[in-house]
Amino acid sequence: MSALTLNQGQTPVNGLNRGPSLFWRLYGVKGWLAIGIGALIAFVVFPVLNLLVPPTSALHISAFWVTLIGKIMCYAIVALALDLVWGYAGILSLGHGLFFALGGYAMGMYLMRQIGREGQYQADLPDFMVFLDWKELPWHWSMSDQFWWAAVLVVLVPGVLAFVFGYFAFRSRVKGVYFSIITQALTFAAMLLFFRNNTGFGGNNGFTDFKRILGFSITAPETRMALFVITALTLIGTFLAARWIVTSKFGRVLEAIRDAEARVMFCGYNTMHFKLAIFTFSAVLCGIAGALYVPQVGIINPSEMSPANSIEMAIWVAVGGRGTLAGAILGAGLVNGAKSFFTVAFPEYWLFALGAIFICVTLFMPRGVMGLLKR
Amino acid sequence: MLLQGKGAAALAALFISASAFALDRSALEKLASDDNDEKIAAIAALVAEGDPKAADVLKSAAEGEIELDGKKVEIVVNNRVRARIAEALSVLKLLSPDNAERHAAATALTGGADPAMLSLVLKARDAEQDPAVKKLLELATAAMQLRSEDKETRLAAIRALAGSDNKALLVEAASDADEDIKRAAQKTLRAMDDRLVWGEWLGLAFAGVSLGSILLLAALGLAITYGLMGVINMAHGELIMIGAYTTYVVQGWFRGSAAFDFYLVAAIPAAFVVSAAVGMLLERSVIRWLYGRPLETLLATWGISLVLIQAVRTIFGAQNVQVENPAFMSGGIQVMANVVLPWNRIFIILFAAGVLVAMWALLSKTRLGLYIRGVTQNRSMAACVGVPTARVDTWAFGLGSGIAGLAGCALSQVGNVGPDLGQGYIVDSFLVVVFGGVGQLAGTVYAALVLGFANKLLESWSGAVLAKIAVLVFIIFFIQRRPQGLFALKGRAVEA
Repeated sequence: MSALTLNQGQTPVNGLNRGPSLFWRLYGVKGWLAIGIGALIAFVVFPVLNLLVPPTSALHISAFWVTLIGKIMCYAIVALALDLVWGYAGILSLGHGLFFALGGYAMGMYLMRQIGREGQYQADLPDFMVFLDWKELPWHWSMSDQFWWAAVLVVLVPGVLAFVFGYFAFRSRVKGVYFSIITQALTFAAMLLFFRNNTGFGGNNGFTDFKRILGFSITAPETRMALFVITALTLIGTFLAARWIVTSKFGRVLEAIRDAEARVMFCGYNTMHFKLAIFTFSAVLCGIAGALYVPQVGIINPSEMSPANSIEMAIWVAVGGRGTLAGAILGAGLVNGAKSFFTVAFPEYWLFALGAIFICVTLFMPRGVMGLLKR
Repeated sequence: MLLQGKGAAALAALFISASAFALDRSALEKLASDDNDEKIAAIAALVAEGDPKAADVLKSAAEGEIELDGKKVEIVVNNRVRARIAEALSVLKLLSPDNAERHAAATALTGGADPAMLSLVLKARDAEQDPAVKKLLELATAAMQLRSEDKETRLAAIRALAGSDNKALLVEAASDADEDIKRAAQKTLRAMDDRLVWGEWLGLAFAGVSLGSILLLAALGLAITYGLMGVINMAHGELIMIGAYTTYVVQGWFRGSAAFDFYLVAAIPAAFVVSAAVGMLLERSVIRWLYGRPLETLLATWGISLVLIQAVRTIFGAQNVQVENPAFMSGGIQVMANVVLPWNRIFIILFAAGVLVAMWALLSKTRLGLYIRGVTQNRSMAACVGVPTARVDTWAFGLGSGIAGLAGCALSQVGNVGPDLGQGYIVDSFLVVVFGGVGQLAGTVYAALVLGFANKLLESWSGAVLAKIAVLVFIIFFIQRRPQGLFALKGRAVEA
């Protein structure tokens, strides 16, 4: 993984118009090679070993691993999104779990409608509405049976919320810890709202028991693999887009805002526009990640919005190394890998381990794993 | 003569038992019938004589079985019949020699009962010595007379009911076919509403102050660690939780001893000391390496909070533990008909006020307080004049943590004590501090009270969850309008 950033120093990023072509601006030879290997694994090795190699073979990759890696890739997208706002623009949002969950809920609504009459009550309405004795779909569910509308919502809902919230927050120059606290309050409020049955999103239980997506059975290995490949594609796309942003002039301004916002303002930049743009973009990325996450994991409920989840996202970035994109992916992989291992092997020690990660990373590894690798 | 007297007595005894038997017999037969109206009439008949044996029959009838001619007969009891049986049992209890039992029975009857049992209740009322029970019985008879046939009796009953708080009875009468009764009932209802509305407001205000005092306790410690020292301590909620568990442990030591009622005397200092010790340990080991890096502090202390939660879970188990109130803290004062102020809430309000005063005195009257203020205002200058800043930091953090422990001790008296206790308060207490403005205590106090009131006020018309959401959204907007909080220290710095 370290190869991804090896070429960073040699790539001139200042002369934006005169420099190397966009392709070489993003990564050097080794970086592209690493991405290529990652793509090869995701697009060829996994599908072949999962679908074509028989389960009896030692090389077979089980559905468990496909789901687990797919899930971690979704988290990696979130980590990238958070790294853009925290690592590069210095804005620590503790509400990114909300955007992730909103994307998930938007997709979940579509998946609920896809169940059709195969639910427990065999009704046209989703089960939880039958349970609540609702006779027709509430207004915010209209068109939820259309996939394109779900896709629009996935982008629009987190995006608009982040834009509106960010506009007010950045306009009044709420920053630093204050911003962290109010984003935390925001996701907490949303969690309470979604816990209510009357909000119309399934209350405590959220959405689950999905049957199919776009007409394909959601549990079929082929569908799972397709989702896996799409997630990998999105991750690579996000990775490149993020790299493009941070190597652009826009990205340089973001870093300047992180290091000395007042000076950037004195130079004549309106920092609000930059912060708002990256915050909104980051929220949209989270929404997409959430939308990819839900069909793979098969459940979405309000606990995804709990403040604890959002803080955990920050630690993925911190573990990998803030301000390095590869680090964000690495951190999401390491922490969630450890989580999967611990919660199976020693469930009662996972919180100790996670707490220790929080403390050790902030005390001893301020630049994360990437900082260690570089040294 | 003697013989004759004896014979008469025996005859009388025979007659009484025979009559009782006769009554039992026909009533029991009716009770065993299939018709529910018959059963209800039978219940009234059984009670009418005030025979204590009737209670046993009715109790077994409520369970669906009576004894008839030595045989067990199953009977069907629906909700209507069951309610009548409960009333009848209450009526029978009115004859009990025990004051408390009569009081409970009379209270149960104020909701109204079958008019057929009126005569017995009237008799009990006239015989009653205890004034409180007598008053209740008057209401009970009025409630029963409300359904009588006689219009004058009904009007008198409505007047008598004006002193009670049971609106449900009058609501029925307020839509009566008879104009006079309807008007009288409506008038009484209006008067009742006017009277009760004050009670409702008082209850709401008390709930607001109560919640405010709890928020205040949770936020006061934070006002020191975050407000004065600028350390964002996400483990603050867990320090509260540790205080609550300390109370639980101390309470366990006192359990069974005669001094149990006074365990709080030991638990309060213990909670303070344990939480303060944990806080100082954290400050020495982790937090002091992170001064000036608030975001890192946030993450590290979050990690600490996870470790503390899991540690408590490992030691005490994941289930909530039971902390018993001392006897003098259970119950409450009845200030108005519909307002009861629970003692534990009152104590917490007083306790919060006490902690506040103690903290103010500590900060403004003692040398430690002087040092803390000095270090907060200008660290390097304080160091220059010889203030041991590092040690002051530790003490100040210990103080804030100790107050969190006190909050935990108070919370253990009103709510559940579990490993997640602190998580519920962390968002709230940060909002209180941020809302009030960083850097001084007055803002924290006002903010806690305002948020407590706002929460309870909204809760009364929109439900708890929506109220909470509304308050959160309000604060989010408020901070954006006024990032420095309600009461900000004036300064000239471009950036804090």
